[in-house]
Amino acid sequence: MPDGALPVLDVKELKTVFRTRRGEVHAVNSVSFDLKPGELLGVVGESGSGKSVTMMSLIGLLPSPPAEVRGGQVMFGDQDLLQADDDTLRAIRGARIGFVFQDPMTSLNPVFTVGFQIMEPLRKHMGMDKRAARVRAKELLELVGIPDAASRLTDFPHQFSGGMRQRVMIAIALACDPQVLIADEPTTALDVTIQAQILELVKDLRQKLGMAIVWITHDLGVIAGIADRVIVMYGGQIVEHAPVKELFGNPQHPYTRALLETVPAMHGDRADRLRVIQGQPPVLAGPPDACPFRARCSHRFERCDRENPPRVPCGPAHDTACFWDPATGGPRHV
Amino acid sequence: MLTFTIRRLLLAIPTLLFISLVIFLLLELAPGDPMAQVPLTVPPEVKERMREALGLGEPVHVRFWKWLVQFFWVEPLHLIDNLFGTALAEGQQRVISWQSRSPVMDIVAQRIPQTLWVVGVAYIVAILIAIPIGVYSAYRQYSWFDQAGTFITMVGFSVPPFFSGVLVIVIFSVNLGWFPSIYDTTHEVNDWDSFVVQLKQMIMPVMVLALQITSQISRFMRASMLDNLGQDYVRTARAKGMTERVVVLLHVLRNSMIPVVTVIALGIPAIFGGAIITEQVFKVNGIGQLLITAIQANDLPMVQTLTFIFAVLIVLFNLIADVLYGILDPRIRYD
Repeated sequence: MPDGALPVLDVKELKTVFRTRRGEVHAVNSVSFDLKPGELLGVVGESGSGKSVTMMSLIGLLPSPPAEVRGGQVMFGDQDLLQADDDTLRAIRGARIGFVFQDPMTSLNPVFTVGFQIMEPLRKHMGMDKRAARVRAKELLELVGIPDAASRLTDFPHQFSGGMRQRVMIAIALACDPQVLIADEPTTALDVTIQAQILELVKDLRQKLGMAIVWITHDLGVIAGIADRVIVMYGGQIVEHAPVKELFGNPQHPYTRALLETVPAMHGDRADRLRVIQGQPPVLAGPPDACPFRARCSHRFERCDRENPPRVPCGPAHDTACFWDPATGGPRHV
Repeated sequence: MLTFTIRRLLLAIPTLLFISLVIFLLLELAPGDPMAQVPLTVPPEVKERMREALGLGEPVHVRFWKWLVQFFWVEPLHLIDNLFGTALAEGQQRVISWQSRSPVMDIVAQRIPQTLWVVGVAYIVAILIAIPIGVYSAYRQYSWFDQAGTFITMVGFSVPPFFSGVLVIVIFSVNLGWFPSIYDTTHEVNDWDSFVVQLKQMIMPVMVLALQITSQISRFMRASMLDNLGQDYVRTARAKGMTERVVVLLHVLRNSMIPVVTVIALGIPAIFGGAIITEQVFKVNGIGQLLITAIQANDLPMVQTLTFIFAVLIVLFNLIADVLYGILDPRIRYD
C-alpha cells in the first residue's frame, strides 16, 4: 500500500448514542480512523466495545430510533456520509461499500434463491437485466469458490452449509466491485477449519480485486494473520491504534496488553491457566468523562477517574489513549 | 408434495369416518324427541308409528350405516345426475330432513349462497384491510397508528357480534335509516338498482363480521412482521442498498405471510359454517341459522349432515394449509 495515499474512508470524531428508557448510552465515542485504498484494517475488542456499532453508524444501518449519530464526519471519497440523504446512502451501500455479517445462517433470506439474492444488488446498482445479472452472479459464486456455480444459483440458502453461505454473503458484498468491504466478525460463527478457508478466500480476493477491508473481530489470532493496521476498541472508544507488527511487538495500552495475555499459548507449559481480564465491560451510560477501562486497569491513576485520556502518539504510526507509560512504568506526559 | 397430498387425502378417509361416527353417537346420546313439536292431541301410538317411519326403531348401527350410504353414495350420485342429466340415483333414498321432509342437501344448496355472500365477502374485506394494517403497524411499531390500531383491534376482538350487530342496527337503521335492519334473503339481483339494494343490506352484517376477522388477522400479521423485521436478513437487504419498500414489502412480507396464509386458510371452513350469531341478528337465512333451527327441532339428519360437512371442510383446509406452507416456505419439504 503506497504511504500517504488519500484514504478511501476517513472517519473523524464519530459519536453515536442509543436512547433508552434509562438514559443515553454512549456506544461510540469520538472515534476517528482512516482506511487507505487496498488496506486491511483490523478492529478488535470484546463484545459491546462498539466495533459493530461504529461501522453500522458510518452508513446508516443502525435503526433510528433508538440509535442516533450525534456528530463527526465520515468522508467517503469527497462525500460526507453523515450529511448524505437516504437515497445517496442506499446508492453507496451494497455498491461501493459491501457488508459481510457475523451469522451466515440467518443473514440470507430463507425464502429467496441464492441467485436472486446475489442478483438483487447487481440489478439495482449496475442496472443489469436479468440475464446479465445471472451471468455475473455465476461468476461471483465461482470467484468465492462455490463449485457447480451455475446450478447452485437456483438453490435456497438452507441447501448450503454455513461456510458456503458465508461465501455467498461475500459474493453478495463483492457483487458491485466495492471500494470498501466491511466484514463484521465474518468467521465467528464458523468452525475453525471453515474459518481458515474463509480467511484464505478473503486474502486471495483482496489481492485479486484490491478493495480496502475493515475486519471486525475479537480474535487476535485472526488479526495477526491478515491485518495491516489494527484498531483496538474498548467502551466505545479507540484505545490503541498501530500497524499490526508494532501492536503485537510493542503494545501500549493496558487493555491491549491484557488482551494479548489472554491468547492461549500453543507451546510451553500445559499447566498454565487460561488468563482472563478481571471485571465486566463498562455500561456506557452517562457522558464519557473518565477512562472507560479504569475499573479493570491495574495501572490506574487518580487522573483516570477525572479525565478521559486522549489518543497520543507513542511510536511510528502508533497511538494510544492512556496516561500510563509501559516504558517507564509511570505516568505518560500528556 | 404430490405424494404427501395423496397420502394425507387417504388418511383423511378413516379420520372422517371416525368423526362421522362420533357425531352420530353424540347426537344419539343427546336428549330430545323429533315428535316433541307434534300436538298433544295426537295419540302416543300414532307418535310411535311416526317415529318408526323416521327410522328411529332401527338399531343404532343400522341407522348409521344407512346414513353413511345415503351421504357417501346416494348424494354424490344425485349430484352427478343433476350435473349431467343422468338417472343413477333414481329411486334411492336421500338424506331427508325430518323438519321439512325435503332432502337435506337441497336445503343446504339453497342456503349456502346467502352465507357465502355475507360471511365470504366479510372474510375477503377483512383480509384486504387486515394485511396492510398489520404490515404498517409492525413497521411503525409504537407509532400513533400502531397504538390506535392496537386499541381498535382489541375492541373489535372483544366486542361480541350480538352487541356490535345490535349497535350498528340502532345507529344505521333506526337512527340514520341508511340500511335495512333485516337481510332480505329473497331479494334477487338483476339490475343496477337491485344490486345497490343488495349492497345496502349486506353492509351491516359484513361490517360486524369484518371487524372481528380484521382484528384477528391484523394482530397475526403484525406479530409475524415484527418477528421478521428483527431478522438478520433484513439488515443484509438494507446493506445491499435495497429501498425500504423492497426490504419491507418483498423480503419481510414474503416471510411474514407464511404463518398468516396458514391462519387464513384454516379460517375458511368457518365461512361455510356461517356466522351463527351474526346471521341471527340480521336474519340472514344462512347455514348458521339453518343449523340452529335444526338443533332446536331435533332434526337429526340435518344436524348430522351439516356438522359432518363442517368436519370435511376443516380436514380439507388443514391439508390445504399444510400444502400452502410447503409451497411458501422452501425449507419445508414433505417428501
